[in-house]
Amino acid sequence: MNPAALSLEQAPPISVPLRFFLTAPVFGATAALLLIIFGGDALTSRWAPVTLAVTHLLTLGFLAMVMVGAVQQLLPVLVGSPVPRAKWVSRIMHPLLTLGIASLVAGLAGGGTGLMYGAIALLGSGFLVFVAVTASSLLRARSGHFTVTAMALSILALTITVALGLYLALGYTGAIPMARQYTDLHLGWGFIGWVVLLLAGVAYQVVPMFQITPDYPRPLMRFLTPGLFVLLGVWSLGRAMAMVPDVIATVAAGLIAGGVLLFALATVCVQVRRKRRLPDVTLDFWRLAMASLAAVVLTWAVGLTLDKLPGLLLGVLFIVGFAMSAVNGMLYKIVPFLVWLHLNNQRQIAGLSLVGVPNMRKIIPEPAMRWQFRVQAGALVLLMAAAVWPVLTSPAGLLLLLSMVWLGWNLLGALRLYRRTLRA
Amino acid sequence: MRLPYEQACRGETKTMNSFSDFMGGDHSACDALYAEAERAVDSGDWNVAGKANDHFLNAMERHFNMEEQVLFAAFEAAQGSTMGPTQVMRHEHSQMRQLFQQMRDAVAEKDVDAYLGAGETLLILMQQHNSKEEQILYPMTDQVLAAEREELFKQMEAVTAE
Ligand code: HEM
Repeated sequence: MNPAALSLEQAPPISVPLRFFLTAPVFGATAALLLIIFGGDALTSRWAPVTLAVTHLLTLGFLAMVMVGAVQQLLPVLVGSPVPRAKWVSRIMHPLLTLGIASLVAGLAGGGTGLMYGAIALLGSGFLVFVAVTASSLLRARSGHFTVTAMALSILALTITVALGLYLALGYTGAIPMARQYTDLHLGWGFIGWVVLLLAGVAYQVVPMFQITPDYPRPLMRFLTPGLFVLLGVWSLGRAMAMVPDVIATVAAGLIAGGVLLFALATVCVQVRRKRRLPDVTLDFWRLAMASLAAVVLTWAVGLTLDKLPGLLLGVLFIVGFAMSAVNGMLYKIVPFLVWLHLNNQRQIAGLSLVGVPNMRKIIPEPAMRWQFRVQAGALVLLMAAAVWPVLTSPAGLLLLLSMVWLGWNLLGALRLYRRTLRA
Repeated sequence: MRLPYEQACRGETKTMNSFSDFMGGDHSACDALYAEAERAVDSGDWNVAGKANDHFLNAMERHFNMEEQVLFAAFEAAQGSTMGPTQVMRHEHSQMRQLFQQMRDAVAEKDVDAYLGAGETLLILMQQHNSKEEQILYPMTDQVLAAEREELFKQMEAVTAE
């Protein structure tokens, strides 16, 4: 068998991750549109219907979309175990999730119980497929790297987040009483359990790879993600079920904050010692992400001592500042590389010359990424300000819209180049 | 200069007692040489850049040769098959060698963008390749070839970049 075909077999077809990556900016842009249209109403209270809609457009529509695509791509490389039947799985999963997110968002925004039921069915089955294939791939993992544990725990946390989310959504249909006591658990497992654990697990390998840095300290890799997971469990038992004394739950929350801060600082530290010294957009995105993550912890701690948690500001810092930045930066490495790799392999199988295959820097030009980074950073600053002065919400939304359209354009450009070169 | 914990992390203070240590250490050395070459090219001093690039590519070629001529060959012989994971690794080597050529051409033509573009592509290809080797293939060789280890180390030491 042709070895080029063999190496392609390991990686899923490029359409598998790309369809998720290209959908993400569309949801991001929709969130921005809601911010522009509803202005201050979108950023005045945690519980406003528009706010919840925007939150899920960003967490599920942007973050989950990219992460679902990226996990399928990264599993063979980082843990040595591809997703079974990747093409079919993604053909089923992508529409389930896309339609599910759209109906959840419409339902949260006040669209009625029918939409909520639809969202529950679609998202429930979509995530079920995702968790099942990821788990089966992780169970067969041939690598013993700490990334495997981190990914497994983050998938477990995602399952908990989704289960709680579906339960909360059932509350919206009126089928069961509203269970607001679980909302904090839902976002705790989503933010810390799923997002931080997954990004940490990926960072352990990807940060040293991209920037040629020393490894993260081994004790940190070994204990951080399992520690956070256990602490989340303790915190949950205390907060929602009063099965653990409140003091212990508070201590657990403090330790979680400490652990998260440690991850941000460790990332900055290894990056400071990087061997590559040229400017790099992904590096800048990751610095922005880590600064935001540290800011989340500090803001949380100050808010706690003043007994006044600035929920919206924390949400903006975490979702837009930390998670979206890290993911956006990753996309700018993953997508150009995938385009190059698949072009190369396809042409080799077809017996064509490899001379015409453009290198990564030609696939998405540096200045285009650089400017999108600047706009995204600007959007973050304005959104933070808008969390304090809601009048700024519409201008902040405008910048976010520009950034999302630009990101989508850059990714689309890569896809078009792929198609063009394949035919050439 | 290497920081103490960095050494400990990479296992450099230990004696080389596995293919994972031996070959993994060589990966890190190649990474560092790439970073130097890239920086030299960016600074525009093509004299230095040409040397740094040669230095890097020689180290890479030697590493590939150690694998293809000694380690993979021994592994394939022990497995009685050349169709396994080493086949994919050899294929990725050939992809990387094409990028080596693009980098040499870029140095000859003093083309910064072409160099950095090929280099960035090579780096990512190389990292995901190394990650597969370090986490899957080398541990397999550690098991399969344990008895011949010292002998294979000696043979690999003798390999050149040619
Ligand atoms: C199937 C998936 C999901 C469903 C069905 C869902 C559903 C819900 C519902 C119904 C609420 C409203 C709770 C209330 O009004 O008290 C909510 C709140 C929230 N969810 Fe989700 N969710 C899902 C996934 C996620 C994920 C993956 C994340 C983040 C990582 C997330 C983050 C949040 C946040 C931050 C809130 C807002 C709480 C607040 O405003 O304080 N959700 N979710």
